[in-house]
Amino acid sequence: MERALVLMGCAIGAGLSMIAGIGPGIGEGYAVGKACEAIARQPEQKGSVTTTMLMGCAIAETTGIYGLVVGMLLIFLAPGMFLNRL
Amino acid sequence: MSDISVSGAKILFELPFGLTISETQVNMWIVMAVIAAICIWLTHGMKVKPDSKRQIVAEFLVKTVTNFVESNMGKRFSGFTPYVAALFSLALCSSLLSLLGMYPPTSDLNTTLGWALVTFVLITYYKIRTSGIGKYLKGFTEPVFLMTPMNIIGEMATPVSMAFRMFGNVASGSIISTLVYAGLAWLNQAVFGWLPGVLGDMAAELPILQLGIPAILSIYFDVFSGVLQAFIFCMLTMLYIASAAEVET
Repeated sequence: MERALVLMGCAIGAGLSMIAGIGPGIGEGYAVGKACEAIARQPEQKGSVTTTMLMGCAIAETTGIYGLVVGMLLIFLAPGMFLNRL
Repeated sequence: MSDISVSGAKILFELPFGLTISETQVNMWIVMAVIAAICIWLTHGMKVKPDSKRQIVAEFLVKTVTNFVESNMGKRFSGFTPYVAALFSLALCSSLLSLLGMYPPTSDLNTTLGWALVTFVLITYYKIRTSGIGKYLKGFTEPVFLMTPMNIIGEMATPVSMAFRMFGNVASGSIISTLVYAGLAWLNQAVFGWLPGVLGDMAAELPILQLGIPAILSIYFDVFSGVLQAFIFCMLTMLYIASAAEVET
């Protein structure tokens, strides 16, 4: 029963931690939209706009990656750690 | 239903004093050997007037990286070209190693954290060198003394975020590929298992759906993500070091 509870908590926590993916999704979509507008306005600056956009997207992704790392810890590491303690 | 197994780096053999040699190290050595071999092959027998394609390629690569570093950090930091080029080629080749079905060293947190710590040491060195150790320590207590813990966390977040960004991208790619592969195997059995008789049994065993679809994912996760993350790691390294050296207030 306790094992089931621990595993359930870890699985639910891992699922919840991926809520962190919402923010980067919205932010990156906004950034890409703005980059499209910039390229439409100044097509000759396409190269530098794309580079800057990819750079900004990768940085905006960081919080999502934090959520992913927490989710991975909860799936691969936490069950063993907590079950040993029972 | 086939087993899904997602594992980290396997430990290949153990040395005395509790040291372990894992797949990460061995694959990293392979990458280093390949890069060193390419560099030696490109640069041996150079002449003032290039007459071989090899030397033209080598000069083009060096010139590209030098221009890239100078346009991002300024002429004063052109000495960082070898560091950035080494970091980029290592990160790129170790991410692309997953195309060969080998364990990519960048999907181990130890590798990326090591690189990020080297960059962090460089950032701190340049901060102390430009503003002096007193001013550097005093910078933590600004704007008010109570903000010191927050400033220290903010300082620590730089290497942690750099390491996690690369690790998360590469590791999540391999996990998603494994999950999609297992899912397609299940779907294959569910779809073709309905066929009557021996035909159904045979078709369920053949990996029909697994043929093309994982390749598309692999192009995104291995090639695009690997190149992009290597580029971003170098870009952030350059920007952080350049901005650390410019805090002349």
